[in-house]
Amino acid sequence: MRFSEQWLREWVNPALSSEQLGAQLTMAGLELDALELAAPAFSGVVVARILEAVQHPDADKLRVCQVDDGSGQPVQVVCGAPNARAGLMAVFARVGAELPGNLSIKQAKLRGVESFGMLCGASELGLDGYNDGLLELPADAPAGVDFRSYLKLDDHIFELGITPNRGDCLSILGLARETAAQNNLALGGPELVVIPPASTARIDVKLSAPAACPRYCARVIEGLNNQAVTPLWLCENLRRSGLRPIHPIVDVANYVMLELGQPLHAFDLDRLAGPLEVRLAHTGETMIGLDGKTLNLESDMLVIADPTGPVAMAGVIGGQNSGVTSGTTRIVLESAYFAPEAIAGRARRFGLHTDAAHRFERGTDPELPRIAIERATELLCELYGGVPGAVEELLSSEHMPQHAPILLRPTRIERMLGFSLSDERVESLLTRLGIMLERTDGGWKATAPSHRHDIRIEVDLIEELARLHGYDHLPARLPVAPMDIEARPENQISLHALKDRLVSLGYREVITYSFVDTPLLTKLTPNLTPLVLANPISSEMAAMRTTLWAGLINALKYNLNRQQGRVRLFESGLRFVPDMAGLKQEPMLAGLVFGDERPEQWGHKARKTDFFDVKGDIEALLELNGAKGHVQWLRTADTSACPALHPGISARLMLDDEELGWVGLLHPSLESALDLPGKVLLFELRQSAVLQRRKTRFQPASRFPIIRRDLALLVPDAVSSAELIACVMDDAPAFLREVEVFDVYRGQGVPDTYASLAIRLILQDNERTLGDADVDALICDALARLQTRFGISLRT
Amino acid sequence: MSNDANVDFNELSLALDAAILSIASVPDLPTLDGFRVQFLGKKGALTEAMKGLGKLSPDDKRTQGAILHGLRQKLEQALDSRKQALESAQLAERLARETVDITLPGRGQAMGSLHPVTLTLRRIEDLLGQLGFSVAEGPEVEDDFHNFTALNIPESHPARAMHDTFYFDATTLLRTHTSPVQIRAMEQQQPPLRIIAPGRVYRCDSDATHSPMFHQIEGLWVDESVSFAHLKGVVQVFLQRFFERDDLQVRFRPSFFPFTEPSAEMDMSWNGGWLEIGGCGMVHPNVLAHVGIDSERYQGFAFGLGLERLTMLRYGINDLRLFFENDLRFLEQFA
Repeated sequence: MRFSEQWLREWVNPALSSEQLGAQLTMAGLELDALELAAPAFSGVVVARILEAVQHPDADKLRVCQVDDGSGQPVQVVCGAPNARAGLMAVFARVGAELPGNLSIKQAKLRGVESFGMLCGASELGLDGYNDGLLELPADAPAGVDFRSYLKLDDHIFELGITPNRGDCLSILGLARETAAQNNLALGGPELVVIPPASTARIDVKLSAPAACPRYCARVIEGLNNQAVTPLWLCENLRRSGLRPIHPIVDVANYVMLELGQPLHAFDLDRLAGPLEVRLAHTGETMIGLDGKTLNLESDMLVIADPTGPVAMAGVIGGQNSGVTSGTTRIVLESAYFAPEAIAGRARRFGLHTDAAHRFERGTDPELPRIAIERATELLCELYGGVPGAVEELLSSEHMPQHAPILLRPTRIERMLGFSLSDERVESLLTRLGIMLERTDGGWKATAPSHRHDIRIEVDLIEELARLHGYDHLPARLPVAPMDIEARPENQISLHALKDRLVSLGYREVITYSFVDTPLLTKLTPNLTPLVLANPISSEMAAMRTTLWAGLINALKYNLNRQQGRVRLFESGLRFVPDMAGLKQEPMLAGLVFGDERPEQWGHKARKTDFFDVKGDIEALLELNGAKGHVQWLRTADTSACPALHPGISARLMLDDEELGWVGLLHPSLESALDLPGKVLLFELRQSAVLQRRKTRFQPASRFPIIRRDLALLVPDAVSSAELIACVMDDAPAFLREVEVFDVYRGQGVPDTYASLAIRLILQDNERTLGDADVDALICDALARLQTRFGISLRT
Repeated sequence: MSNDANVDFNELSLALDAAILSIASVPDLPTLDGFRVQFLGKKGALTEAMKGLGKLSPDDKRTQGAILHGLRQKLEQALDSRKQALESAQLAERLARETVDITLPGRGQAMGSLHPVTLTLRRIEDLLGQLGFSVAEGPEVEDDFHNFTALNIPESHPARAMHDTFYFDATTLLRTHTSPVQIRAMEQQQPPLRIIAPGRVYRCDSDATHSPMFHQIEGLWVDESVSFAHLKGVVQVFLQRFFERDDLQVRFRPSFFPFTEPSAEMDMSWNGGWLEIGGCGMVHPNVLAHVGIDSERYQGFAFGLGLERLTMLRYGINDLRLFFENDLRFLEQFA
């Protein structure tokens, strides 16, 4: 809401500077967004009469004017404005005047004719919203008077951010009421009068949608002078509220809307086909709005219609074919209360935002239409010589907003605000807001004024008390609460711990957008159809990620483009997987590795990261939850689990029957499709699975010696080391503690499609010292199993 | 007593003196050992002389023995001291040889880092955890009931338009704030309730100062007598601790949120002015009613803060977009 400070001060004038008033409004909940000058600085500019305007002898577009600037001597000025004419009251910058834009007015010679000053248009004075050419002043403007004081330009423009609950403050009246309450002052302003009918002219109105429009006032005004222009003072108030003059009648309607908060509409009576009806639109009805656009009306939209169809979309926009024109002399003036629910959201469906809809959807004062129509009538008659008929008022009392008195209890005030206000203080503060109070058992019955429909329940009154008392003056203290010790199950680990470990392993945390490019997701998870936004910011941010890899790959590319050669990233967050049951929003922990295994270093031979580096990182993570030894690393090749990964260099991690996640090398075809300059390793783990911890059970260490035996085995490629180890462990006595692969060799001496695996057996018994016989028997059995099951033999 | 049984002490003494002189400049341990063998070995000159003592009379044995013993001590002393000198020189030479440039960088994996928003979040969790607030989470793809309706924002309410919501369909959307998490928490649990809900939120808005995705943290405390005074106290002390500035001023300014009443914007003193830092208020009775909590018995406060805003202020970051570009040169500055 933009408005002129002077206009407000005509209603209530607290002894506060502009800045203080702005600060007070801010602390009242009406936030001051801007405080501007109503006009830029200029001086030496006066009201003047053009006595004579004759054609310049040497220039077609210039006129030589004699101007009465009140000094007693006519002043000669050369002027190029087409509307410079004898008799016009204009704005004149004398020689020596300083105008905005560092323009100093000097005596000059224009095409051989002396000129002593300049006749001004609005733009030269830094005033927006006026037509080109000279600014035309009323005939009674006094020549010689300083123009700034004539137009009261030493004013400020306030711009307030009005929250949706305070629609009552979208007017000078509303802001004045609030300012009066804040300062405990009486409200002034113009006297609101009733204009008696001066003719019998009227229009029939039928109220067919009383729930949406409980009150509708209409009045015919005839005899309007269609040659009249909007007075300058009115234009100035509109301008300072950010509105442009449009049409003398519309300007008055807008003025009253700004002044009182009641949107008004004027129909040209001669363009209406008959009586009006307030009704809901029929499906399929259309109307051309004042902005020239065709509106396809819907059945929940309230319209004003004549026998031919809708002539206005109620509370939103008038129709082009029924609005006032430059020839209009007879109007129907409308002033109504439309229920907020009947207006809210309708304008937005057409991409419209009108001042009327803005007010109606926030709720106007249901008692205001009659007052406002009188005020507008007064101005239309006074300014344009209108002859008013009687006000037609249709009222459906049962549909008017009903507000039962609200019980306000001092105990509740104290409990809510944490301190008590005296009864006198409560009464004084609320009464200032126009709230009627009646003492009752345990407190008051409070009735809010009709313009404060936002006050509905007890806490609304408490907020008003807090606001007027001043939030700054409310106490602040820390609560006293019973102490408790929160449960912290040890079988849950915090995501923080996993993140910290990844940081220790050299990963940097990133946060990427949850919505990404659909084609990228299609490449990474071809089996999933991502959830897509109906109104994305751009197509690159349209699809909800089905894997965190999408964002990580984008972050990798961003950094590769900035000359980074080694990138290790991780991210935690939701992935969004549509499935049969709906949408699964699953917390994941994912990582990406690119480039060398370690940073380039003098004492370390550079090597690209490979699968086993990342596997080591994952194992380090799994140590945190005690699952490392229990996780199975399964080939993905046999499943369609991870089409984004290289089928031979990737694993699906299972813990018991639960899928933990996936690790592997980005599929070479994706690597080239995504235009990546090298191998990318990825992992993605389910947080729900990795945050479960296996609780430790202590095992006493054996006191007996350890025996180590190494075996070199010839193993066909088809047999995995995990299968080999499982086979050795199978049926082995309990003293076989560990089996580990400590060397893998392929090459000379080893047949193709075989590898030589060196395994280490660690044997130790809890009860006794093992002898050679124990060891030999175990190895003999194990070799026999390996031979039978896989055809594995000792390498000789 | 035969002449040849007598030792020529002069000759031996002279030979020893000459040897002791040489020993002082012997270059290495083997040469030094040569001297030891020459005099003290099995056939060494001094050893032979000592052997000869047995043939002498007791008197001669005593006097000559004492002389020989003196000579032997002198020689051993010279040998020992030279040995020590040679050994320490050898050690010094080895140490010098082994010396490395300890200013060369160490080996190993380079450390990674946490995102600055995570640092802020952890700090908040730590601080508010002291008051017993525990972390609650909720979905990011929400329904309009939890994001709006239950929060007292009915359909067509002007406040919905202010939210610049991303939609999937008429009733499914990306949450525009973390407030739906308080609804879900209250649906599941009766008061007393003390939670913080951090997370990603989304608004259909993108420019230098708006990101379509950002992070909020929501605080909620519902109990029988949690008041606006407590809200002011908790937020004020929290911000003072967060910024480690006891002189930080916090201003509460009346405002409007459909889900709180009374409502306030929180401003804090910053560089001589006021800076908007978040919104707060007392949970609206309609919200409590939506989740089946008796608003006559229970009341509470809620507040919401922007994590990026707090992070920018804390670390002097000047551009919101840096948070989601994930430039390593940005990330590596935070540990």
